Amino acid sequence: MTDTLATPAKPQGIRITGAFHRLLAFSGLIALVVVFSLASPNFMQTNNVLAILQATSVNGVLAIAATLVIITGGIDLSVGTLMTFCAVICGVVLTYLGMPLPLGILAAIAAGTASGLISGTIVAKLKVPPFIATLGMMLILKGLSLVISGTRPIYFNDTPGFTQIAQGSIIGSVFPALPIPNGVLILFLVAIIAAFILGRTVLGRYTFALGSNEEAVRLSGVNTDRWKIAVYALAGGICGVAGLLIASRLNSAQPALGQGYELDAIAAVVIGGTSLSGGRGTILGTLIGALIISVLANGLRILSVAQEWQTVVTGTIIILAVYADILRRRRL
Amino acid sequence: MSIQSASASAASPLATPIVAMEGIEKSFPGVHALKSVRFELLPGEVHALMGENGAGKSTLMKILSGVYAKDAGTIRIDGQPVEIGSPREAQALGIGIIHQELSLMRELTAAQNIFIGREPRKAFGLLLDEAALNDGAASIFKSMNLALDPRAPVESLTIAKQQMVEIAKALSHKSRVLIMDEPTAALNDAEIAELFAIIRRLKAEGVGIVYISHKMDEIKRISDRVTVMRDGEYVGTVPAADTPIETIIAMMVGRALTTEVAAPRASEDAPIALEVIGLRRGREIRDVSLHVRKGEILGFAGLMGAGRTEVARAIFGADPLEAGEIRINGKAVSIRRPEDAVKAGIGYLSEDRKHFGLATGLDVRNNIALASLERFCAPGGVLKDGEMRDIAKRYIGQLSIKTPSDQQEARLLSGGNQQKVVIAKWLLRDCEILIFDEPTRGIDVGAKTEIYKLLNALAAQGRAIIVISSELPEVLRLSHRIAVMCEGRLTGFLPAGASQEAIMQLATQRQSAVEAPHAA
Repeated sequence: MTDTLATPAKPQGIRITGAFHRLLAFSGLIALVVVFSLASPNFMQTNNVLAILQATSVNGVLAIAATLVIITGGIDLSVGTLMTFCAVICGVVLTYLGMPLPLGILAAIAAGTASGLISGTIVAKLKVPPFIATLGMMLILKGLSLVISGTRPIYFNDTPGFTQIAQGSIIGSVFPALPIPNGVLILFLVAIIAAFILGRTVLGRYTFALGSNEEAVRLSGVNTDRWKIAVYALAGGICGVAGLLIASRLNSAQPALGQGYELDAIAAVVIGGTSLSGGRGTILGTLIGALIISVLANGLRILSVAQEWQTVVTGTIIILAVYADILRRRRL
Repeated sequence: MSIQSASASAASPLATPIVAMEGIEKSFPGVHALKSVRFELLPGEVHALMGENGAGKSTLMKILSGVYAKDAGTIRIDGQPVEIGSPREAQALGIGIIHQELSLMRELTAAQNIFIGREPRKAFGLLLDEAALNDGAASIFKSMNLALDPRAPVESLTIAKQQMVEIAKALSHKSRVLIMDEPTAALNDAEIAELFAIIRRLKAEGVGIVYISHKMDEIKRISDRVTVMRDGEYVGTVPAADTPIETIIAMMVGRALTTEVAAPRASEDAPIALEVIGLRRGREIRDVSLHVRKGEILGFAGLMGAGRTEVARAIFGADPLEAGEIRINGKAVSIRRPEDAVKAGIGYLSEDRKHFGLATGLDVRNNIALASLERFCAPGGVLKDGEMRDIAKRYIGQLSIKTPSDQQEARLLSGGNQQKVVIAKWLLRDCEILIFDEPTRGIDVGAKTEIYKLLNALAAQGRAIIVISSELPEVLRLSHRIAVMCEGRLTGFLPAGASQEAIMQLATQRQSAVEAPHAA
């Protein structure tokens, strides 16, 4: 009774369609780049490419944070205002308290992690739906940023080197031909670390497992609450990094900024093929999604399309991307 | 562990039971689910647990596997009393359960599923050791003699293979007790043979297996002993080999006779209201043909998952059909959506009222009017609220719906009265054909009687009625004629007053997977 000579033939097919979807986003990006390069000779200029990458860095980092939470089957609406909150905390530590730069960096990331811990606890322990919990946190953080800063921007003029965090170029100082800004470098570092955590660590495994079938994970004897809180905390910490990036780029913490960023981040995640129902998603996809959004914005601007139209196009692309995903699933 | 030969071992009373449950009690709000139940499992035994839907089998096993806490009673493992407080503690005691609904993470691979919660790690516990994970899964598959890629995502596997992954997961916990809840529900015959081969291998290794199933032939094929439960009580334990199927069925249904019989049908040869011919969809609906006459109540009996709801939903246009014809009053109609069915005069009362039948947040008045809103529509789309109120009040009176007013939120009514609201909705829509799916589920006894009376009255008015029910006494009490399904097929029709045993025979009558062309 040696059963199963028939190793299932299906998985290969699915892997191909899965890859196909990632390819879809990627080929979409390539197509956009080709179209814009043909339409305008300025598009592929080094400076413009660097500008696109720099413009992707903040949204990209936020989208990575959002990806982690979305893979668990949740959602994090607070990433944008949390980013601002972390920037403000950093401003308080550096400018108001006059502490050294490393402490400011640490404070921003710690503030993000703490906020993530709170969101995660509200979701996991109090069973408040993630949408509501993080909507509440979004407003709380927005208000706190305004309160702490006295509604005024905090400038980093007293901290030499602060603007270098995002705007300097370590790579450029070594290879002058490649003046890639540090902000872009940080985005890729965060992406690599997040992809590593997702793919190779226990936390990553539970991130997928929670989104796939939380009850099954719980019945397997796993403390699901603790891991869920950990994912939100990690996402919060990453928002702290985004806070540093935006503060460095503006050389200030702008307390009124932030709301609206969460939607761009979620858009990047969705375009990148991560399922809002949880259980599947990739960091690479999110990066591609974030790049598509900034390439679109940049390209349309170069073509002198009015800014108002850019959001119309982005919105259309989100719907098309998710529809493509639905088509793919229907074929399964 | 005692020494045993593969076949005789199980029945041997000398072996210490791996599991001995005594006096187990469990109550849920409003339901006394288990009443002093006992159960015993020997090493190397396949012990079937049988009973009608709601007899308490799954509840008992959920207590053994740590999902529910018992209210009273003792559980002994290898003779030692234990308290099982969580699934994890059950696992530590060597008890594995394969739930009726597979509890796998579809997006993860087979190996990742097997080791969830116990992933092998490296680099001081920081990283997953994916190689060790896959090797571990591969060696379990090898011990099961199963060719399966540990790296295959679970969603890419057939249901049978997914089941094997569940078994592998349980075995990876070094389970000595394996509980299988309806493991063959979604399997075809070849896959069942595969599963049984694995069960026999486990048995030979001394693993005790609890096998919950409704399927008589399987019980005969695979199990050593059978324990029967009824209404949350222990009925008895018999050897599987020398107990006739009839005896087991008699134990399951009990001797309680239904006191009341169906009200007589208005006319034997009333015109046919609804006729369906050759309905088909995959394995759920296999060539189902039936008809209902005006004024007739057709009972639809069968075990859970037999395909009755599927047929009803297909007739109502809620799910697609692959083939088949639906005729209403002798004329073929095309029903693609519920909208078409409602226009053709079919009303469907879902078994899941809260999800599909009732808008729980709306008041009684709006629920009654919900399927007929256009009739209350003044020009410009404004609703004629006064008219709606009058009609709602009329139905509240006619069906004696107990509600403080027609503006009470529907969710605040009792189950029986909610059901009446849904009935009123379809009556207002002038449905001549009404399909009731488990009309009295979750309704107390007094309200049941009222619903029965109402159904009889509707039939007397000449409406054609189909009643799906998993409670045999209910089917017998209501039906003028009984259709029985098993595994997507109609296994037969019985006249009113048929015995419960006759129904159960048809309801457990499996057919070989090779579909013989059968005459209509």
